[in-house]
Amino acid sequence: MNINALWAYANPKKFIETTDRVLPAVAWIAALMLAVGLVWGFFFTPDDFRQGATVKIIYLHVPAALMAINAWLMMLVTSLIWIVRRHHVSALAARAAAPVGMVMTLIALVTGAIWGQPMWGTWWAWDPRLTSFLILFLFYLGYIALWEAIENDDTAADLTAILCLVGSVFALLSRYAVNFWNQGLHQGASLSIRPGERMDMVFKLPLYVSMAGFVLLFVALVLVRTRTEIRARRMRALLARERMRA
Amino acid sequence: MIALLARDLRLAMRAGGGFGLGLAFFLIVVVLVPFGVGPQSALLSTIAPGILWLGALLACLLSLDRILALDWEDGSLDLLATSPLPMEGIVSVKALAHWLTTGLPLVLAAPVLGILLNLPASGFGWLVASLALGTPALSVIGTFGAALTVGLKRGGLLLSLLVLPLYMPTLIFGAEVARRGAEGLAPGTPLALLAGITCGTIALLPFASAAVLKVNLR
Amino acid sequence: MIPDLGKYAVPVLASYGVSLVLLAGLVWASLHRSARVRRALDEIEGRRKTDG
Repeated sequence: MNINALWAYANPKKFIETTDRVLPAVAWIAALMLAVGLVWGFFFTPDDFRQGATVKIIYLHVPAALMAINAWLMMLVTSLIWIVRRHHVSALAARAAAPVGMVMTLIALVTGAIWGQPMWGTWWAWDPRLTSFLILFLFYLGYIALWEAIENDDTAADLTAILCLVGSVFALLSRYAVNFWNQGLHQGASLSIRPGERMDMVFKLPLYVSMAGFVLLFVALVLVRTRTEIRARRMRALLARERMRA
Repeated sequence: MIALLARDLRLAMRAGGGFGLGLAFFLIVVVLVPFGVGPQSALLSTIAPGILWLGALLACLLSLDRILALDWEDGSLDLLATSPLPMEGIVSVKALAHWLTTGLPLVLAAPVLGILLNLPASGFGWLVASLALGTPALSVIGTFGAALTVGLKRGGLLLSLLVLPLYMPTLIFGAEVARRGAEGLAPGTPLALLAGITCGTIALLPFASAAVLKVNLR
Repeated sequence: MIPDLGKYAVPVLASYGVSLVLLAGLVWASLHRSARVRRALDEIEGRRKTDG
């Protein structure tokens, strides 16, 4: 029996070999940029005249929100690649990215809510942006739950890929629906700092560094988790063979 | 496909078919609300459109796994898959059967329950209109969710987790129509958006549901 | 050493605290699972080599 036949696709093996070389560098640069960005932002930037020290929260909130969305986009692309090209690594990468995206969404939610507290006086407000992230969190939850619920790997990959596609359309719909839903309320309170919008360089630079750190952290984590998924899949296949032989 | 529809309707109507359970649940939820929030008429009037929409939505949700699970268990789904009917047609018929036996009764019951919640007079018409436009979307989306979880034992909770976020746009616009109608404002925009969502889902989602079922029937 | 955050000390510190805890937890969980799966896979591969 040909041992290599169990690595049913050359891709997983090459993926692991390639990432063996690439991963340490990505991880170290990510850690460096994160540390520099956050330390710089926390210790070495002034307060905003309107928002006081809470402006320091942007160094966490903005990158996390950015990654929350980008993670889902990456899952969408890899799901499409799976559907069209049937590359297993692609499906596994989507599965690997979901928990990372979910944690990013959670960070965005918590920091967003906390940031709003001095402005709104409550620890949560149904601001359209925050609400959209809450809905995104639920989409992540459902996606992960579906992967966990289905035993057959290929079936799970197919179903979650379709869910990701359909979910993306509805996530977009929800974004507009939520904006519509909340437009009647007190509007002055939405989180108004966006990168590049009248923001001084003194804030922008550490923010960009922090964003770069978050992006690389996401990449590093997805690489680690995809490698784990590849190994886990191989492990399941080997266990199944053992059971058949016994 | 008409035969399939007739069969599904007959099955739903039989004892144990689940017809009427959705209505009963709707009633119970509406009755529970005043116990939860207090009986002040003004408060109930304000929240009535939203509660009625929520109750209808939850009642729909509860009957979703019946759409496909029974046929899956006894093998009829496999048979249907091998028939000359396209899978997209099959799932559409299933959704239609669900709407006729669950959604439509809820639409008709809503005004009656609206009385219990002191729904303002101007709200009744728009409530019915929004539910009539929105519940078909709930059935079609629900069929998609049912297809995803059809093979799973005790997939009910997962089904809810998957479907409820997909229900949100319909709920937002539907409840907005009902609320504006109750307050005497013009509901044109949300009505159009609600209709758009329903038409879009009816036209496109069956393709996704069919793909999902084919995967599960492999 | 910590800058004067004024009345916003609690929100800012809470944000940083929660975020760093979540990130650290995610990294730890990912690495931990990776190590666990790798060990299990090595064990199975080892068994296969001895069985033939």
